[in-house]
Amino acid sequence: MKSYPPPLTDLSRRRFVQGIAIGGAVTGLGLLRPANAWALTSPGQPTVLSGTDFALDIAETPVNYTGATRLATTVNGSIPGPILRWKEGTTVTLRVTNHLRAPTSIHWHGILLPFQMDGVPGISFPGIAPGETFTYHFPVRQSGTYWYHSHSGFQEQTGLYGPLVIEPAGPERNPSRHDYVVMLNDWSDASPEHIFATLKRQSDYYNFAQPTVSDFFRDVREQGLRQALAERKMWNQMRMNPGDLSDVSGYTYTYLMNGAAPAGNWTALFKPGEKVRLRFINGSSMTIFDVRIPGLKMTVVSADGQDVEPVSVDEFRISVAETYDVIVEPREDRAFTIFAQSIDRSGYARGTLAPRLGMEAPVPAMDPRMPVSMVDMMGAMAQGSSGHGSMQGMQDMPGNRGSMATPAAPVVRHARTEYHNPGVDMHVDMPRTNLDDPGTGLRDNGRRVLTYADLHTIGGSIDPREPGREIELHLTGNMQRYMWSFDGVKFSDAKPIHFRAGERLRLVLVNDTMMNHPIHLHGMWSELENPGGGFQVRKHTVNVQPAQRVAYGVTADALGRWAYHCHMLYHMDAGMFREVVVS
Amino acid sequence: MKMHRRNSSLVPPRAALLAALLLALPLAAATQRVLASSSAPSMDMSSMPAMEHGSTAGMTMTASASSVAKPATNAPARKAQKRPVTAPQTSAFLAMDGITPPPKGQGDMTGMGAMPAMTMGPMQGGSPPPGARSPDYSDGVGYGSMQGMDMADNAPLGMVLIDQLEAFHGRDANGQTWEAEGWYGNDTNKLWLRTEGERSRGKLDDGDLEAFWNHAVAAYWGTQLGVRQDLGEGPKRTWAAFGVQGLAPYWFALEATGYIGANGRTAARLRADYELLFTQRLILQPEAEVNLYGKDDPLRRLGSGVSDVQFGLRLRYEFHRQFAPYIGVNWVRRLGTTAAYARQDHQPVLDRQIVAGVRFWF
Repeated sequence: MKSYPPPLTDLSRRRFVQGIAIGGAVTGLGLLRPANAWALTSPGQPTVLSGTDFALDIAETPVNYTGATRLATTVNGSIPGPILRWKEGTTVTLRVTNHLRAPTSIHWHGILLPFQMDGVPGISFPGIAPGETFTYHFPVRQSGTYWYHSHSGFQEQTGLYGPLVIEPAGPERNPSRHDYVVMLNDWSDASPEHIFATLKRQSDYYNFAQPTVSDFFRDVREQGLRQALAERKMWNQMRMNPGDLSDVSGYTYTYLMNGAAPAGNWTALFKPGEKVRLRFINGSSMTIFDVRIPGLKMTVVSADGQDVEPVSVDEFRISVAETYDVIVEPREDRAFTIFAQSIDRSGYARGTLAPRLGMEAPVPAMDPRMPVSMVDMMGAMAQGSSGHGSMQGMQDMPGNRGSMATPAAPVVRHARTEYHNPGVDMHVDMPRTNLDDPGTGLRDNGRRVLTYADLHTIGGSIDPREPGREIELHLTGNMQRYMWSFDGVKFSDAKPIHFRAGERLRLVLVNDTMMNHPIHLHGMWSELENPGGGFQVRKHTVNVQPAQRVAYGVTADALGRWAYHCHMLYHMDAGMFREVVVS
Repeated sequence: MKMHRRNSSLVPPRAALLAALLLALPLAAATQRVLASSSAPSMDMSSMPAMEHGSTAGMTMTASASSVAKPATNAPARKAQKRPVTAPQTSAFLAMDGITPPPKGQGDMTGMGAMPAMTMGPMQGGSPPPGARSPDYSDGVGYGSMQGMDMADNAPLGMVLIDQLEAFHGRDANGQTWEAEGWYGNDTNKLWLRTEGERSRGKLDDGDLEAFWNHAVAAYWGTQLGVRQDLGEGPKRTWAAFGVQGLAPYWFALEATGYIGANGRTAARLRADYELLFTQRLILQPEAEVNLYGKDDPLRRLGSGVSDVQFGLRLRYEFHRQFAPYIGVNWVRRLGTTAAYARQDHQPVLDRQIVAGVRFWF
C-alpha cells in the first residue's frame, strides 16, 4: 500500500488550518461563568447549563476562526452551544426561541423521547418559525454523553450544535475526578449552500490528494511497472479515486475542539494520578476523526452514551455523530496533546491536557494519507490471504471468481432500483461483515486502535427477542454526480419505511459505495450484531465502512414518525434519508 | 469498454471512429439501456450469477461512445480529476490480476457486439439480478401532513464552464477561440448549453451554439437532445442534435453528437478529453475533436466525410480550482474536400497553433 504525502501547505494555508488563537465567538465565547458548573475547571470551557428548565436562544453570532469574520448560527451565542446537563429520571423543559430570519429546530441526538419532541421539521413538528418559541418537554430515560443540533437546512454546519451530558439516576459506573466534554467540529468560512453546490459541480473539488504522474513514477520505481499499472487499473476503469476519503477537506474546513481552532489550544486541567473522563462528541458535518493522546492509553467506557466493557486503546476513529467516553489517568506532571486528525489527513483539531494552564505538548505530525484499499471497494472479495486486501491479494485468488467468500457469507440482495440508475455508481456483491477492521488509514499502524468488535454494551441487548423480519437497505451513491441515496432512491422519490409497533426487526445495511456512512436512526436504538448474529453493541449512529455489511436489531417501541439518514450532512441533503413510521 | 482499446493510442484509428459514429447516430434514442450497461467496467470478479448480463447492445454502444473522442467536462461537473496516470492499454492490464481480457473483438465492432456477456461484473452497471428486491418497505403507509420539511434533494443548480478562452497563433493567422458550456437543472434533467467558435481579424469565422435537454441515463452517461445553430461565415444552418455525453473508463470525457439539418444534411462531432495531473494544480489536458459531414457544403467550405480533426494539448495551472490560465499547442488538420476548399482559399490544410488562455467556471 502506498501513502500519499501530506499535502504541502504554504504559510497562509497553515494559518488557515491552524485557525487563530482567539477564535470563537467574537462576542466573548466562554466568558460567561455559569453558577453551578460541574467540572468547570479551566477557562475556555463551554458554558454549562444544568437542571430541568432551559432557555435556549438561537441567533446569528459573528465568529472569527481564520482571520475573517463570519456569521455563525449559535445557541446562546457560543460555538458549540452550552453543555446541557440533565439527570436521568427527571423531566426536562427546553424553551427554544428562534431569533433567525429562517426556520430552525433542535434535534436531541440519541435521546429516546416522544416523536413530537424529536425536532425534525416536516416529520416531528413544523419547525420553529422566526420569532417563535417552541417548548420541548419530555422525560429523560437514559444517561450518558449525547449531543444536540439543528435539523434545519445546513445550520448544523454553521454552528448550531452542542453537547448533552446526562447523569445516571444511580451511581456513575466509572467515576472520575475530572470530567470534560471534547466536542469536535468542522468549521468553514464558506456557506454550506456553497459547499453543497460546489460538490454537485465538481465533486473532487476539495480533494487535493489525487493521484499524479509523479505518484505513478514513484510507484513504478518502488514496485515495478506491472504492479503500478495493476494497482491503478481497476480504479481507473471504474472512474473512482482511491484518494477519495472525505468529500470536504481542510481546504475549506478549520477543525475545532470545543469551539477552539488548533492554535486556540483548548486546554483541560488534571492533577497527575487522577482520572480524567473525556466525553468525545463528533459534531462535525462531514469529518471523521482519528483521535489519540500520545503518551496516554485511553480506556473506552461508553459508546453513544451506552456504557461498554472498558477497553484500553491508543487510538479510536469517531465517525460523524458518534460519541465515545474515555478515561485517562496521566501520571506525569506534563502536558499531553489531544490530537484528532481528519480521516483524509487534511487537518486536525487539537487540544491539551495539562496540569497547569499555558502548557503545551508537541503536536504530532499527521499520519500519511492512506488510499482506500481494494477491501474498501470490493468487500470480502478482496479479503484474500493478505489480510486487509490488496491487489496482490486479488492476484492470489484462485481463478478469481467467487469461491473465496468468507464462510457463511450472507446473501446480498440488491434492490431493483440500484440498476439502470444514474445515481448508483457501484454495487458490492460480497461485502465484508467483520467488525474488527479499524478502517482506511488505521490498519496496521502500530497502535492499538478501537474497532466495533471491541465494544460490548454492558448488560447486553434491551430486547432478546429474535428479530421477526429483516429490512435490507443499500447505501448507494454516485460520487461523480454527488448523488446519495438508499437503494438508489433519493428521499424525494421514496416512500416511508414502516415498522410495526412493538416488533423486533433487523436492519441490514450494505454499503455499495467507497465512503463511510454514519447511519442514524432517530428515536430507537440500533443494536449492532456481530458477524455471527450475536449482540455486539448498542448505538444511535452506526458507521458503515465502504463495502461493508452490518446488521442491527431495532425494537419498534417508539410510535410515530422518525428520521433515518446518513449523518454526513451533504449526503443527507442529497437524499440519503428516509422517514420511518412506527405504527 | 475495455475491448475497444487494443493499444495505447489515445485516439483510435479513423476507421473505428467512423464505425463508431455510424453506430452512434442511429442509437441515440436507444441509448438508455445501453449506456447503463456499458458504464460498467466489467470486472469479472463477480461470482454472482446475476452478473452475466452485458447486453450486446450495451457493448456496441459503449464502443461507439468511447472510442470516440471528445468532451469536455463530463458534466461540467467533472470531478474527474483523479485520473490516472496510466491510461488506456487495457488489454495489457487486463491480463494482469485476473481480470479476464476480452476475447478478441479486436476492433471489429461486430465482434464486439457479439461478445459473450462481457462478464459484467456487477460492480458497475448491469441489470438487476433475478430476485432483486423492492426498495419499498412502506406497507402502504404514506407520509403524514406535517409541514416544514426542508430536505431539498431535487433542487436545481447551475454551472458555467469556460473551458477554453484563448488566443491562438497559427501559420497564417492569429485569432481567438472559445469553448464553453453551462447547465441548469437537477441530478437527472438539465438544460445544457454548449458553444464553440473562432474569430480572426475581428470577425467571427466559424462557431456554433447548442442547446440540449441533458438526461442522465447511467452513472456516467447522459443523453442530449436539442438544436445547434451555426454561427460565422456562410449560411447560418440550424440542426437538430442528439448525442451522448459522459465519462468513459479511464477517465476519458466523451461527447458524441449527431446532427440533422435541412435538405438531408447530416453531421457529427466527436470530442474526447483527458486530464493528466502532474501535481494537484498543474494539469495537462489533451483534447481531440473530429467533425464529419454527410454532404458537401461549399458555402460553409465543408466537404463530405471527415472535414477536420483537431488535437490539442493544454497545460494549465489551477491557482484556484475555478481559475486556471494555460498554454498549449493545437493541431488542426482539414481533410478531403474540406482540405481542397482550404487550398482554394489559401488557408492551411494543416495548421499548428500555439495557444494561451484561461479556463474558469462558476
